[in-house]
Amino acid sequence: MISLGYLAASTLFILALKWLSHPTTARRGVKAGELGMLIAIVATLAKAEIINYQWIAVGFVVGAVIGLPLAILMPMTAVPQRTALSHAMGALAAALVGTAEFYENGTHLSAFSMTALTFEVLLGFLTVTGSLMAFGKLQDLLPGRPIIFRGQNLVNGALFAAAAGTAVYLVVQPGATALFPVLIGLSLLFGVLLIIPIGGGDMPTVISLLNSYAGLSAAAMGFVLNNKLLIIAGALDGSSGFILSVIMCKAMNRSFTNVLFGGFGQVKMASSGEIEERSVRRASPEEAAAILEMARSVVIVPGYGMAVAQAQHRVRDLYDGLMRRGVDVKFAIHPVAGRMPGHMNVLLAEADIPYDRLVEMDDINPEFPQVDVVLVVGANDVTNPAARTDPSSPIYGMPILDVDKAATVMVIKRGMAPGFAGVENELYFMDKTTMLFGDAKAFVGDLVKELSGIAAVA
Amino acid sequence: MPDNLENGLFVFVLATFVGFEVIRRVSPLLHTPLMSLTNAISAISIVGAMVLAGSNRGPLATVLGTVAVASAMANVLGGFVITDRMLKMFKPRTSLAETRKP
Repeated sequence: MISLGYLAASTLFILALKWLSHPTTARRGVKAGELGMLIAIVATLAKAEIINYQWIAVGFVVGAVIGLPLAILMPMTAVPQRTALSHAMGALAAALVGTAEFYENGTHLSAFSMTALTFEVLLGFLTVTGSLMAFGKLQDLLPGRPIIFRGQNLVNGALFAAAAGTAVYLVVQPGATALFPVLIGLSLLFGVLLIIPIGGGDMPTVISLLNSYAGLSAAAMGFVLNNKLLIIAGALDGSSGFILSVIMCKAMNRSFTNVLFGGFGQVKMASSGEIEERSVRRASPEEAAAILEMARSVVIVPGYGMAVAQAQHRVRDLYDGLMRRGVDVKFAIHPVAGRMPGHMNVLLAEADIPYDRLVEMDDINPEFPQVDVVLVVGANDVTNPAARTDPSSPIYGMPILDVDKAATVMVIKRGMAPGFAGVENELYFMDKTTMLFGDAKAFVGDLVKELSGIAAVA
Repeated sequence: MPDNLENGLFVFVLATFVGFEVIRRVSPLLHTPLMSLTNAISAISIVGAMVLAGSNRGPLATVLGTVAVASAMANVLGGFVITDRMLKMFKPRTSLAETRKP
């Protein structure tokens, strides 16, 4: 009976992910997932082994008190942080169950179960501290730039080897309980050291990878407890995180190893020491609004800067104003814009922009030559034509939005500071480009005001 | 190879393939909700945590189990609620035009 419940839950989880593939059925997917989880929990409560409900109830209540406010009150700009935090909590649960299982049954477990258990604990604790580090970087508690020291990769490699060695020894000698805390300590430390050298702009990949680890840890728990529901749900999560991290890596034209060990995004001030003064064209909100007003088609390119400035609602006002004037407005979304996969879409949807106006990179790129005006709001590296043209550039080969092919480009930016990759953006010095210096939110607000001013005259 | 291990590996491999096929189709538009949903689903470890917390196996199991139940539950509830909150915001143009009409 309980197995049937678990089977139903597994099916519902798969359906949940299937329905999530399209916005029209996505909410049904969430309902399916919720129902699956409910069935799984109720079926577990019916297990004969459970004789004491008191502590389970305590756990439920504490979990609800922590989890619900986080989900209900968190602003949409903070979704990456919340996701990192909840990866940490999910992984903590798996790691603690593995720990208890070791001390309870360690000596009775088969070599295989023991292997799965060490996987569970290693991945679990590594994900806990790794996700907390990612959270710290996203929440600006830690510096977003990579923290790098000499011999870092050597230290990390040695640490991982030590953790793996301890794990293997525990599989061979399950009685060596004294080594178990060592494994926990090494895993926790490895999680920290793995994430601190990774820069803020690589967070989409990192967060996907941690998602995958949390899932694999749950699947490993399924092997230890011989529970197929755990294996299935963990495998789904593991493959989802893996696919997303591959997509993110592809979108940056970088390999896993490069993201994890490359220390990318260090401020390369040394090489660009002698900053030559190059002139750019600049414009006031008034002039910019006039250019937008004259256009037939406008493509807005949002980036992390829009999220930081919380400018998405102003951008919606601008979208409304232009659409009302018969200007065709679309949004071009680069896969790694923002701090987690799909981050920009959520922000723009929050600002009530219809999702059929949000266009992916591969679909919008052929359209740029026909576009009158491109407005870049807080994006940088994903628009840099050097990725196509300059083989010496660190971002060469990265797929970008071909905004330089549009007739006119306007870029809202605080100043001329380089983006995450630390490279100058050639786009800013092109003849067709106009720089709009200022805070994204304030500037877009001014644009909206100017536009309505034009309306009053006309 | 013991039977349950063999079964487990079959299930794992097949589920991974199903996961790949299903998730590959998810539109990039919804990658953030996808991640928070799979995050909620991975909190299925609550099943193991509940057994630990509720089977009177001694203080260590109970304490670790209870903490694990709490953190998994926070993940389950939080994950599903925020996923739904996000998806509620995704609207196509037509329905938006209707709702905006005064």
